[in-house]
Amino acid sequence: MIGRRSFFVTTAMTFGFAFLYVPILSMIIYSFNESRLVTVWGGFSTKWYVELLQNQQVLNAAKLSLKIAAINATGAVILGTLAGLALARFRRFKGRTLLTGMTTAPLVMPEVITGLSLLLLFVAMEQWFGWPAGRGVTTITIAHMTFSMAYVTVVIQSRLSSLDESLEEAAMDLGARPAKVFFVITLPIIFPAILAGWLLAFTLSWDDLVIASFVSGPGSSTLPLVIFSKVRLGVSPDINALATIMVTVVAIGIIVAGLYMQRQERQRERDVQAALAGNNP
Amino acid sequence: MAVQGGLPTLFFPGLRGWIRAFGPYRWASDRMKHWGVGGRTVVIGIPYLWLLLFFLVPFIIVFKISLSDVRLGMPPYEPVIQWVESQVIGIRVNLANYAFLWEDPLYRNAYLNSIKVAGISTLLCLLIGYPIAYGIARTSSSWRNLLLLLVMLPFWTSFLLRVYAWIGLLGRNSPFNQLLMALGVIDQPVSFLQTDVAVYIGIVYSYLPFMVLPLYANLEKMDVTLLEAAADLGCRPTKAFLTITLPLSMPGIVAGSLLVFIPAVGEFVIPALLGGPDSLMIGRVLWEEFFNNRDWPVASAVAIAMLLLLVVPIMWFQYAQARQVGAHR
Repeated sequence: MIGRRSFFVTTAMTFGFAFLYVPILSMIIYSFNESRLVTVWGGFSTKWYVELLQNQQVLNAAKLSLKIAAINATGAVILGTLAGLALARFRRFKGRTLLTGMTTAPLVMPEVITGLSLLLLFVAMEQWFGWPAGRGVTTITIAHMTFSMAYVTVVIQSRLSSLDESLEEAAMDLGARPAKVFFVITLPIIFPAILAGWLLAFTLSWDDLVIASFVSGPGSSTLPLVIFSKVRLGVSPDINALATIMVTVVAIGIIVAGLYMQRQERQRERDVQAALAGNNP
Repeated sequence: MAVQGGLPTLFFPGLRGWIRAFGPYRWASDRMKHWGVGGRTVVIGIPYLWLLLFFLVPFIIVFKISLSDVRLGMPPYEPVIQWVESQVIGIRVNLANYAFLWEDPLYRNAYLNSIKVAGISTLLCLLIGYPIAYGIARTSSSWRNLLLLLVMLPFWTSFLLRVYAWIGLLGRNSPFNQLLMALGVIDQPVSFLQTDVAVYIGIVYSYLPFMVLPLYANLEKMDVTLLEAAADLGCRPTKAFLTITLPLSMPGIVAGSLLVFIPAVGEFVIPALLGGPDSLMIGRVLWEEFFNNRDWPVASAVAIAMLLLLVVPIMWFQYAQARQVGAHR
């Protein structure tokens, strides 16, 4: 069965991948178009890249987005690892069902609801405690951490559940304290999952428009907010240039990660074989 | 062995000694013993408190404000607490926002239209995504990872820019239109922008990876010897698919459909950029009530009404998710 695909499935797959990539390819092609119009090919040009890189508003927004995304990802990884650890390793505790619910609901919750509810919370908190004063980078970061930690939790929890607990148990039997077991045994093993969670949280924050629209304030325009206000006015070729840069960076990142994973996999296979050979001299 | 210092010590060679001497775990556990708190409490407590404060409490506030009345000023709603003494006014105002939603056909249409658009988009995602997931799962393993990366790559690039790409492709002057005219399908350029068709295309395009990945995870685990046995017993491929593959992939279909349907109901960006002024969806109504009309209480009531619609799908998703994670054990 494997390797033999019907004509129908192959055709449908080709169509599906074309559907996924035609819009992206069209943005890349038109980013090099001399003409402002989409219909007309005015010859090859890199002027939209020059224009983009001279746009101070876009550059500042990109810097702010990078900063928020990095802080968010780090915070989300800490919170998500703790939550994943709690759900995967402590089978019974008070309110476990509620914690499970609160870590899976944000995965599907419509963004307008999350954004509105967090804004109303921040306004209420400002009234009660005077913190956070106004909306800005802090409120965006807190909002992003709340929904991206849910994604990290899922990644960490499923990694921990598929992990062999005997290493941790052995360390405990040898007298290591639980915190030491975590830092010396568990953390290094789940490190790839933590890295994946960090990248996921980074992307979610970098990409978010709706929640940031609700909880941002004056002077805290992230990149998606700037893009959205430009796009609403119609097609502008420098956005194509921006999209091309982002696709390129992501593609390179994914290729590097793919190669790294493949190497790790091969290394692991070699280790397993070496271990087997060691057992039967 | 290398495990002792772990991966962090690989990057920071001095770390191992530091961990051994002062160790964050030793410091942390001494502190915790000092305060009489167990490590378990900390591990559960920190994310728990965070989510209670930033995920659960906000919904209570949204509900409270949905019972409030709009006013000029900041924040633009009347405090609810003061009204508790005069119960009569409280109840009258209480129903006002929800009654408004119920009576105004605009909101009812937006509500029903959201369900329709999300439902049809989910079905289209399933029809396009299933063959892709099936095809990838039946491809030789050397190609499989590449194809999976190709499905995931658009997901890692900006959602907003992917929707924006369709503005250029669906407009009156688009290359797509020129192609259709060259083929003789249409006589003059047609703009698909600001129509429901554009919204469907946008949603299917943006959410397709969310359908493909759970389906692939499910189909990849399937035991293909079942199909071989069926073929040996004279079952035709189509029948084998319908009686074996399809029922076995049901958990993947459910997970993928819910991952598409629930966020699509509240979608704002796609109808705002690709849809027309009359293709109202509930997420867009909420946005406009909030940002254009500055009516926070009605926006809150819209949010609560949307949540009521989504409670059952969300619970179903949680149930499916719990089973999925539990299946690893």
